[in-house]
Amino acid sequence: MKDNDKTNDIITDATSGDYKYGFVSDIDTDIIPVGLNEDVIRLISAKKHEPQWLLDFRLEAYRYWLTLEMPHWAHLDIPDIDYQAISYYAAPRKKEGPKSIDEVDPELIDTFNRLGIPLEEQKQLSGMAVDAVMDSSSVKTTHREKLASLGIIFCSFSEAVKDYPDLVRKYLGSVVSYRDNFFAALNSAVFSDGSFVYIPKGVRCPMELSTYFRINASGTGQFERTLIVADDDAYVSYLEGCTAPQRDENQLHAAIVEIIVEERAEVKYSTVQNWYAGDKDGRGGIYNFVTKRGLCRGDFSKLSWTQVETGSAITWKYPSCILKGDNSVGEFYSVAVTRNRQQADTGTKMIHIGRNSRSTIVSKGISAGESQNSYRGLVKVVPAADGCRNYTQCDSLLLSSRCGAHTFPYIDVKNPTAVVEHEATTSKISEEQLFYCNQRGIPSEEAVGLIVNGYAKEVMNKLPMEFAVEAQKLLQITLEGSVG
Amino acid sequence: MKTSIDQYIDLYRDNRDAIDAGSAPVINALRPSALDALKGRRLPVKGDEGYEISSIDDILAPDYGLNIARLNIPVDVAESFRCDVPNMSSLMGVVANDKFVATKSLLRNIPDGVTVMSLAEAASRFPDNVAKIYGKIAPLDNPMVALNSLLLQDGVYIHVDKGVHLDQPLQIVNIFQSEVPLLAMRRIVVDVDDDADLRLLLCDHSHNADINYLGLQIVEARLGKGARLDIYDIEESTPATHRISLAFVHQTDNSAFLGNTTTLLNGFSRNNYTVDIVGEHCSTGLYGMAIGSRNQHIDNSTVINHRAGRSSSNQLFRYVLDDEARGAFEGLIEVFPNAKFTEAFQTNNNILASQSALMHTKPQLIINNDDVKCSHGATTGQLNNEALFYMQTRGIPRDMARTMLMQAFMVDVIDTVALEAVRDRLRHLVEKRFDGTLCACESCRKLL
Repeated sequence: MKDNDKTNDIITDATSGDYKYGFVSDIDTDIIPVGLNEDVIRLISAKKHEPQWLLDFRLEAYRYWLTLEMPHWAHLDIPDIDYQAISYYAAPRKKEGPKSIDEVDPELIDTFNRLGIPLEEQKQLSGMAVDAVMDSSSVKTTHREKLASLGIIFCSFSEAVKDYPDLVRKYLGSVVSYRDNFFAALNSAVFSDGSFVYIPKGVRCPMELSTYFRINASGTGQFERTLIVADDDAYVSYLEGCTAPQRDENQLHAAIVEIIVEERAEVKYSTVQNWYAGDKDGRGGIYNFVTKRGLCRGDFSKLSWTQVETGSAITWKYPSCILKGDNSVGEFYSVAVTRNRQQADTGTKMIHIGRNSRSTIVSKGISAGESQNSYRGLVKVVPAADGCRNYTQCDSLLLSSRCGAHTFPYIDVKNPTAVVEHEATTSKISEEQLFYCNQRGIPSEEAVGLIVNGYAKEVMNKLPMEFAVEAQKLLQITLEGSVG
Repeated sequence: MKTSIDQYIDLYRDNRDAIDAGSAPVINALRPSALDALKGRRLPVKGDEGYEISSIDDILAPDYGLNIARLNIPVDVAESFRCDVPNMSSLMGVVANDKFVATKSLLRNIPDGVTVMSLAEAASRFPDNVAKIYGKIAPLDNPMVALNSLLLQDGVYIHVDKGVHLDQPLQIVNIFQSEVPLLAMRRIVVDVDDDADLRLLLCDHSHNADINYLGLQIVEARLGKGARLDIYDIEESTPATHRISLAFVHQTDNSAFLGNTTTLLNGFSRNNYTVDIVGEHCSTGLYGMAIGSRNQHIDNSTVINHRAGRSSSNQLFRYVLDDEARGAFEGLIEVFPNAKFTEAFQTNNNILASQSALMHTKPQLIINNDDVKCSHGATTGQLNNEALFYMQTRGIPRDMARTMLMQAFMVDVIDTVALEAVRDRLRHLVEKRFDGTLCACESCRKLL
């Protein structure tokens, strides 16, 4: 019994560690007044010197958003959000066009250094091209020249609007229309920046492309947009990291990620999401309401989502694949950790339209404290999609008696040749496993870490090397003390 | 905009006295709250959470006749004897449309300690006993329950006294017989007292294949401590028969409940099972099979609430869908924070046999406690080609091989039936159903 208590204490300690990215950077920020109306949208658009068509797109989205009501179907307890109390634009105030790293605000560089982002020149050797988005505005993109020599476009969204308006106009909203949902409409109306990636035909992107998102200013929302286009036979691996400082109030993050994968192309999108999750009593934290969707448009195309979700007070996101091309492949690997009073309702949608399209879903939920962790996923096979295959596995691990783990899979099959499988299990750390570790001389603390890491391994293995290390560290911090 | 609820509210307002007169005070007493519960509500429509393929509103929209004046529609009770299960002696009662008729053999053979009678009669004779359950287990905030409670006039009341074991199964045959489209509000109230034991066989039939019938049936069952109740629900009706059936089961300590629902022939069926486990050491089994072809629509939905710990539940639902048939299975297991040591499992397997059949599956888990073992699994696919090929190499024609594999697929569900005679009968019916010779209620057609 005593041992059991000790184990429980360890788990409790392990699952209530502090947030290490909680610092605030004192950076001169350009924030517009709170509130949302057509003038605010015009102001955002004007600040970014946008063309008329983009302003029209925003206004159309805004007018549509006004007709919508906040949806409440998720297994989440979301306090009322006052959309008029948020500032919809906050950008670090830049000097006129920083030409080199020296011209960038040293505070900013310091911020990114503390985040461990290899933004500085010497760190470029570490072989990662980074686009850092701070409070919605893209700050600096590294490795641009090298990528440009291959014809790869990797830049901030606003630059893309200026430099490649045709490409942006062609693809913007083609996967996630502003009519898609409440938050997609809101984002389409007020998005401030984000990243744009275009990989031309036949090019394999030689390095990982990476974006770091950080919300810094208080009372602001972050609404970024990422658009990735992989043309025929292209390949890219894209990483996304997110942090935010510790604040008392809740901040809203409503992003859109759109991915277009053409014939035989492959996109791998990895996320390590560690927004501030609020304190032990559930005060503060980020509301993370994100629409992520990829369209496997070409035959033999492949899109793989990998996510490690440890942050945010409330997470509400379903990275999805529309498998339109024949023989296209969709993958979704997820580890979602919730603790204290965090809530997560996350999962994926696999929509099989192309023949012989295949999808794999592996979702691992870990709940601790008084958190609520839900998997919600849709697997849909349309009548014409012959020979589709889906395998779904979602496991939940419960680390406390007051937390919840829930599974809501939706399976819609309209074709007789499809094979769709779903399995889910829920359990706590097995006492036999702990006992076995103890008996081999491994203390309970390490044993919990071992078991949790082993449990998440299947997903961690899918992350790119550098990221896997970081994600594993994050899991360690999140479940502090549990990893030996 | 008028929804289909409004026509029933109007019907109630216009005929309040006639409805009350044809029923009993205990049943009438619930109507005002049922009316309140319906005000401003609408029935679920397709696409609502939990109703992905079924629109209850559309099903209740047509102008059905309702036998409010309690006209005596002649029903040939003897016909129902053809639904007799061979090699099984059972006690049989008949619900003709919505009116309970006890057969002579039931009256003659009913053992001491067992009450089976019309709900209206029971409500007049033992109002306290009926009021203890009627309207207490099925919640009025469910609009279908409210609608049933608003217009219900009669039903079946079954009570098994403490410690009484009924050797013979009790069979209730629901029959539709009328020359005009008819809506029947049905209610079965089951009270199985402590340590008592009841096996209930429910069969649905329609006598006229060309007339549209709709049954809205609510089952309310209470299981006392250590009680056991099995409900076997077999539907073999006609493509023009629609059915909405909601069963609510309340389980106390050490009780065992088994629900088995079989849909062989129907038009539209929506079956809900809601089991509340409030006592410890309970066991619950919910099993179902559905064979759908042509335009059949089969939608099963289960909710198991583990409100107390140390109980176990198991679910298995299998579907074979051909032609344009539509199937849905939604299962929810909810484990409450105090329900420690719960074991809950759920499996759903489906075979789609044609290009236009569709299956929607949503197995759900809500777990609020860490000392549980829970799992669910769902598969949708087709017959194993290798198995088919192997059987062909052994000289079995492809069609026969298909039938054999599909029968084998259903065996796991049939095997959960505790009554051997019913099991054999189901095997036989499933066999007939797959080889295409069962195209209307077989026994009603005197094929046996």
